[in-house]
Order: sequence, then structure tokens, then C-alpha cells
Amino acid sequence: MTHTESKKDNLSAAIRGLTGENVARCYQCGKCSAGCPMSQEMKLKPHDLMRLASFDQADRIFGDESIWLCLTCETCSARCPNGCDPARVIDTLREMALARDPSRWPRAIGAFHAEFLKQVKNHGRVFELGLILGFKLRTGRLFDDALSGPGVFARGKLALQPHRISGIDEMRKIFEKCENVENRDLS
Amino acid sequence: MKIGYYPGCSLSSTGREYNESLQVIAPLLGVTLQEIEDWNCCGASSAHATNRQLSLALAARNLALAETQAIPEVLAPCAACYNRLASARHALAKDTRAFEKTREVLERPEFSNSVRVKTSVEWLRDLAPVIQKKAEETASRSATSPSVKGLKVACYYGCLLVRPPEVTQWPTQWDDPEDPSSMETVVRATGAEPVRWNRRLDCCGAGFSLSRLDSVARLGREILQEAKKAGAQALVVACPLCHVNLDFRQQAIARKAGGEFDLPVFYITELVGLALGASQAQLGLNRHYVRTDSVLERSP
Repeated sequence: MTHTESKKDNLSAAIRGLTGENVARCYQCGKCSAGCPMSQEMKLKPHDLMRLASFDQADRIFGDESIWLCLTCETCSARCPNGCDPARVIDTLREMALARDPSRWPRAIGAFHAEFLKQVKNHGRVFELGLILGFKLRTGRLFDDALSGPGVFARGKLALQPHRISGIDEMRKIFEKCENVENRDLS
Repeated sequence: MKIGYYPGCSLSSTGREYNESLQVIAPLLGVTLQEIEDWNCCGASSAHATNRQLSLALAARNLALAETQAIPEVLAPCAACYNRLASARHALAKDTRAFEKTREVLERPEFSNSVRVKTSVEWLRDLAPVIQKKAEETASRSATSPSVKGLKVACYYGCLLVRPPEVTQWPTQWDDPEDPSSMETVVRATGAEPVRWNRRLDCCGAGFSLSRLDSVARLGREILQEAKKAGAQALVVACPLCHVNLDFRQQAIARKAGGEFDLPVFYITELVGLALGASQAQLGLNRHYVRTDSVLERSP
């Protein structure tokens, strides 16, 4: 039995333990998916994720990229008529997915998050030029319009030097403590 | 009047003119901005989408710094930064375990989570009477400077200014999460005219600005088309990520949609600055991709 299988029966309980959210409260009205700006691109829409989570279908959720397409615009959670918080549940599912298998996230989205957090860890703030270059190198998307082109520099839109905060050691310690999965009781 | 200031990373780079225009209007409105010393990135979507404890700790370090620097209230002009700081403040107030854990991670046992966080829209709405008075004085003084009077604008709140309601309503609701009106109040005070339209609260796709360009183009197109259809001559935003997607990407979106939008995108602080008589260069309008001067000349 794999690690994933041994845990799948406990998915709804694990979500409840981490967030206090009872996914079984969802009565499948679909209002979350109706207002979701990304649902037309998701195979599993927010209400599907809520249902699959309440049926402990971990493999079906983590085997699909839909959770990574959520933009956390919070429309679903603002509109749920039964007080559920799908945005929070999806964030938790993403964190659980990474704890199970960090290679599972869609490449470009994963590359963005990884590069973004690297910038914060190294400088304390995001150095946007470094973020863009790092993202391009990680994904090989060298010629996307990703905020590049001479226009950005002419407009002074991209700082050329990173600013490193003086509390950088404190920042690195924060990252180390938070990256320690033992610390985070993720099932 | 003094208020704490959390600029956030974008305001020194892609959102530079948001910072520049804010720095111009604050003294004109009698406000001193006290920047939190040594602030760090709020963590944005990358932290909360992958590691909740990290997202709480990164936001909370800034709130803790504000406390030690005797700043009771912080202005966070970027909607995404506002959301992260306000969400962390809310979560730490409601969840004792998370609060204890975060203090431990930060090694700041004195942190008491007492700092309030404000968006630029709430801040300006509270100053609307002052803005209106100064705008009228400016208009009567110089009839020749570029005017925003009568300019038809679509107020675009985007996703995170008024959502999620449990955060933006705590401890008191600053605006309605489904039918807000603060931005319109500020716009009216400048003399411009807000139009009624449908996409005020929709998401522009900010989080995928580098990683999923087709999604961003689709979401941006829907917003720009609706604003145009409602008769807007320009959009007003309060978030540097919205600005990138609607201004920088507008030409690419238009090319894909087979048309032209030609909709300048103003930061709300720029619109206020124009009404108060600041020059376009002072406000950083020359940094925009979609030119702003044509609509400023056109407005009567």
C-alpha cells in the first residue's frame, strides 16, 4: 500500500483537523463553480472538489491539476450559502498534495511559486526581474511576453538591483521552520 | 495625520507609479506616510498556496514590526498585500493555536497582533470630502491643467479588496463584499463619473501573470470588453497586479480579440492626484502602456 492510499480514507478528517472546515456541509448547489473565474478550465470544479473531499477521494483530487488552477479570488467562499470555505479547502489540498509528492504540480505554476519564494527567502522581498528570469530558466519559456521587452526598462518598471532587507537572517529562519513538514502536522 | 505604510514589492517595480502618485497626494491631503522599517514581502499567493504557516509568518513579521515601531494602523495599497496582511491578522485573532505557533516561528513573544490594515480605497473614501473640496479649489484656480471632470470611468475592485468577507468585515465591515461603493465615492469626489457595469469584482488572473498567460488574457478581455460596453473612457484600479494585466497586457489581449480597447488604466491615487492639480509626470503616468493624455484632453 502506498503512502497516498493509506491516507486517502482520512482526507475529509484531515481537512477538518487542519482548517476546521467540514466539507460534508457542502450540499452541491454549485454556486461556487458558477462564480469561479477558472471553472471553465478546471476538470474538477470547486463543488466537485468539495464533494470528492467529503468522499475521501484523495487519488482523484491529487491525480488532477484542477486544484492548481484556483486563483484564490475568494468568490466561492464569499458566496457559499452554507458557510463553506472552498478557497481555504483548495489551499489546504494544495499543501497536502505537495507534502505527498512535490513533483505533481503543473510545471509552470510550480516554477512560479518556487521561484517567487526563493526570491523572498534570498532577499526578503521579491526582486521582480530575478523572478522573471528565474521563471524563464525553470520553464524554458524564454520568449513569452512575461513582462519582458525594452518597454519595461524604458518605463523604469523593473528595478535592476534586488533590495536585501536587514532582517534577512530572521527571514531565513522563518523559512526553515515553516518548511519543516514535521512542524506542520499535514496528514 | 499619520498612517503606517506598507508599500509591498510591486510598488518599487512594476507598480512604481502607484507609489509615486500616493507619495504625491498624501501631503496634499494632510497625511504623513510612515513606512514600516525593514518590511518584508507578504508572501503573496505563492506562500498561501503552498504553506499556510509560512503565509501567516511572513505577513505577521510586518505586523510585528509595525507594533514595535508604534504604528497602530497600516496602509497597504496593493490589494494582494492588503489581503495577506488582513487575512493573517484575522486568522491569528481567531485561532489561538495559529497565533502561538506564529509567535514561536517569529521568535517575537511580545507580538500582540494589534495593528489594523487599510486599503488605499478605504483610506481615500474616508478622505472624500477633503478630496472634493481641494478638487473644486484646483478646478477654479487653473482651468488649463488636465482635468478628470466628467471623465467616464469603470471602477474595477478586482478580487481581493473586498473579499473574503470574513476578513474585510472584521472587526468592522469597510464596504459591502458584493456591492461595494467606496471607489465610486472617491471617483465622484474627483469630479469624474463612475459608470455602472458588470465586472467590478471579477478576478483579472493576477496569480497567473507569468505562468498561465492564456487564462490571464481571457479574464482581462472579459473585463475590458464590459468596461468599454458600459461607456467607460478609462478604468480605475487599486492593485499593481490588476494594472499589469489590464494596462501592460491590454495590447496583446486586444490583438487576440481582434480589436482595440484603448482604455487607459488609472490607479485611484493617480486620478485623485490629477484632480488635486498634480502633473502627469509627477504621478508617473508616462510609465503606462496605454496612453492617458488623450482621455484627459477629451474630458470637458
